[in-house]
Amino acid sequence: MQSTLFHRMAVGLTSLMISGLATASDWAERSDHNLRPGVTAVAQEVHGLHNTVLWIVSIIGLLVFGLILISVIRHRRSKHPTPATFHENIFLEVLWTIIPFIILIAMAVPATRVLIELDDTADSELTVKVTGYRWRWGYEYLTYQDDNDVGVSFISSLATPPEQYQNPVLSGGLFPYGTAKDRVGAPSQDKDHNYMLEVDNPLVIPSGQKVRFLVTSDDVIHSFWIPDFGGKKDAIPGFVNETWALVPEGQEGTYYGQCAELCGKNHAFMPIEVKVVSQSEFQEWLAQRKEEAAAAPDLTPFENLEAAMAAGEKVYASQCALCHGQNGEGGIGLPFAGDDFAIKPEHREEHIHVVLEGRNAMPAFKGQLTPKDIAAVITYERNAWGNDSGDLIQPEDVHEEE
Amino acid sequence: MSTVAAAHDDHDHHHAPTGLKRWLFSTNHKDIGTLYLWFSFAMFLAGGFMAMIIRAELIEPGMQFVDPEFFNQMTTVHGLTMVFGAVMPGFVGLANWMIPLMIGAPDMALPRMNNWSFWILPFAFAILLSSVLLSAFGHGNPSAPNFGWTFYAPLSTKYGPASTDLFILSVHMMGISSIMGAINVIVTVFNLRAPGMTLMKMPLFVWTWLITAFLLIAVMPVLAGAVTMMLTDRHFGTSFFDAAGGGDPVLFQHVFWFFGHPEVYIMILPAFGIVSAIIPTFARKQLFGYASMVYATASIALLSFVVWAHHMFTVGMPLAGTLFFMYMTMLISVPTGVKVFNWVATMWRGSMTFELPMKWAITFVILFTCGGLSGLMLAITPVDFQYHDTYFVVAHFHYVLVSGAVFTMFAAAYYWLPKWSGVMPSKLLGELHFWNSLISVNLLFFPMHFVGLAGMPRRYADYALQFADYNFWISIGGFWFGLSQLFFLAVCLQCALKKGEKAEAKPWDGAEGLEWEVPSPAPFHTFDTPPVVK
Repeated sequence: MQSTLFHRMAVGLTSLMISGLATASDWAERSDHNLRPGVTAVAQEVHGLHNTVLWIVSIIGLLVFGLILISVIRHRRSKHPTPATFHENIFLEVLWTIIPFIILIAMAVPATRVLIELDDTADSELTVKVTGYRWRWGYEYLTYQDDNDVGVSFISSLATPPEQYQNPVLSGGLFPYGTAKDRVGAPSQDKDHNYMLEVDNPLVIPSGQKVRFLVTSDDVIHSFWIPDFGGKKDAIPGFVNETWALVPEGQEGTYYGQCAELCGKNHAFMPIEVKVVSQSEFQEWLAQRKEEAAAAPDLTPFENLEAAMAAGEKVYASQCALCHGQNGEGGIGLPFAGDDFAIKPEHREEHIHVVLEGRNAMPAFKGQLTPKDIAAVITYERNAWGNDSGDLIQPEDVHEEE
Repeated sequence: MSTVAAAHDDHDHHHAPTGLKRWLFSTNHKDIGTLYLWFSFAMFLAGGFMAMIIRAELIEPGMQFVDPEFFNQMTTVHGLTMVFGAVMPGFVGLANWMIPLMIGAPDMALPRMNNWSFWILPFAFAILLSSVLLSAFGHGNPSAPNFGWTFYAPLSTKYGPASTDLFILSVHMMGISSIMGAINVIVTVFNLRAPGMTLMKMPLFVWTWLITAFLLIAVMPVLAGAVTMMLTDRHFGTSFFDAAGGGDPVLFQHVFWFFGHPEVYIMILPAFGIVSAIIPTFARKQLFGYASMVYATASIALLSFVVWAHHMFTVGMPLAGTLFFMYMTMLISVPTGVKVFNWVATMWRGSMTFELPMKWAITFVILFTCGGLSGLMLAITPVDFQYHDTYFVVAHFHYVLVSGAVFTMFAAAYYWLPKWSGVMPSKLLGELHFWNSLISVNLLFFPMHFVGLAGMPRRYADYALQFADYNFWISIGGFWFGLSQLFFLAVCLQCALKKGEKAEAKPWDGAEGLEWEVPSPAPFHTFDTPPVVK
């Protein structure tokens, strides 16, 4: 997987969108106070159902509040000194039990119909396995039309750079925020249009074809939610949930979503970006990705430590920093800065092994990153922040371990 | 019998306990009620302070004040503190004070257990909140519970911080306290009613609390079971909630919400009782449909056991199950609607005045109805797939919990403070408290509907730019609402220090009930000789 290539694609795409060329995909402009109308047919039905129910409850609410208001105005002591004495009325009480019941049935019928429709994942043309990780999404293309072994997979992470969201105003003390250096005088950057929504490798799906998502998780429960596709489905470790989307032709564009189940520290930092393209474009894209996947991994060694460090720094920032800290200070994950694990030679092999295979909460990166990226990032971790172990890990070392 | 009672009576009056011992060893329902109420208010302020931190961080996009990890700890402990520390003990305090007075009993039936059930709570919360203090100030900032007040596995089991074990212990203690409190209410109501006080003559507050007490006994052990399974999953190699060992993380949610949904009604049924006492008083008209109120309360309680999975429509249940839970949830709106209609009918053609308790009670009816209507929207499963885990849900449950449960506790305080303290609550402070709270609570919670519908997930430390405008106003509303509660603190202090206008035995002319037949403040011992109810 050439994640660098895709990073470039994503950056290009993002800048396109900032320049306002990709208008169809302007998620942020669409709505800031009501449910999004949705792009798939079933999402639009959900939206219609929402509007119906909203009207019904608004009318009921206004009726009740109107009665209270009339009562408050007309039945106050100054206007109505002698209270009535009635305290029951069988007819009224039966009436206001029966009428709500009828309204409920009127709502339950369309709700049931839409629910049955949402539940029907049969006859899909593309199947994508969606895996929630702390805190990124993994996409694996399983089947497409007659191809039952697509074998394309990649990881999708937040592309908003930390400089945009880390704007601490406290100069140390009360609440922990990174290192002391982070707290003082970090520049507050302007935020991009798709702040907290943009990712490096968006999910790509074709329009006009039913896509089935198999949703699962590698660690805790996440929830896969793209509002324009009409709802969310929880990603549960050890179980596979199904959901689907059929984006009509002519609605190509970029759609955004977010993780909707608390999954730990960076719950807010694992958005979903879906690029819906025409079928021909999708087939082209898929073929290209398959070719890349089939090609032998790039094992050309790094020329020197500096080259590996430079490559590793980028990988670290996008893949590792969320857990291990921007400056290797640790967090959910182990600290690297000044830690024996990232310095002493006896841990070198173990370091490679853990990155490839994972350990406890640490996900396995084998198959998610290229040997070259893994070699670069391990080299970076063992030499940055004053670790200076001098270890230069080459792609070949990682490939052997695989 | 009567002579023995009289002699005993004298004895007690001569040895009224004072100082620290009075509170520490109290077996008096009024003193224990007071302890509960102060504790509840203290937790309300503590939980509110955490909410202020949450709102400060969310006032604009970007991470400004706390890191996302600490943010999660704040949302978690805010929820736990408000649910288990503010709302539940608040209602237990009201039950302690008012149930014996309302049914003509000399005290709660099990006074020593009453003492114990209160004194467990400060320790339970010391344990829970110590983890927050350690996280904010301790060396290395060890994390406090950070998995949301619903503590879903495996986030709280395999991935939970070390303080999860403190949390488990404190939840066990809170549960024991609640169960004992509930047993006490049931035993008191069944055994200590004054002659002539038949069940269907009991004030509605006693009825709703009786039903609440049964709910508590039914579901607190389930919560204890859930946290015990967590504990064994964490430390003793079991796999209840771990698929790798043959368990199921969704099982946790079923167990939790089997507790959690009745818990929602535990927090609102006593509020129904309070409003049903206050509205007739100030409308000067008998409560409309007393019997249907009792039956509606009972049906809500029963239905609360068969709707739990509406909290988890997105976990991927079979269609048939989803439909069942959708229909049952929609059904709950029928008895709830009956209650609202009854309150409106009570006001209808009454002769209303709008003293502070009435202001809060009418506000409750309106804002609770808002929360109820958004609840009906959430019941519609296909749309819930969109609403679920967004700020729409946050708006919904804050409307029913803050402007529902908490506002009725304010109503109750303004209504009964004359009886508790012997002085009238300050009108000026009370009006300031009411109007500031009323405006700010809506500024705080109403726009949450909008950002939720627009797609902002809950428990987010940072958010996309289109949510920024509303979040700014929500935060302003939050700070305003938080500060408004200081007026209430002033009212409580004013009454506790007995400053202000002396209260008559029955300060509200339209009030009915046994509690108004004893002097204000209510003497240390009341109804040593039971009154006769006709």
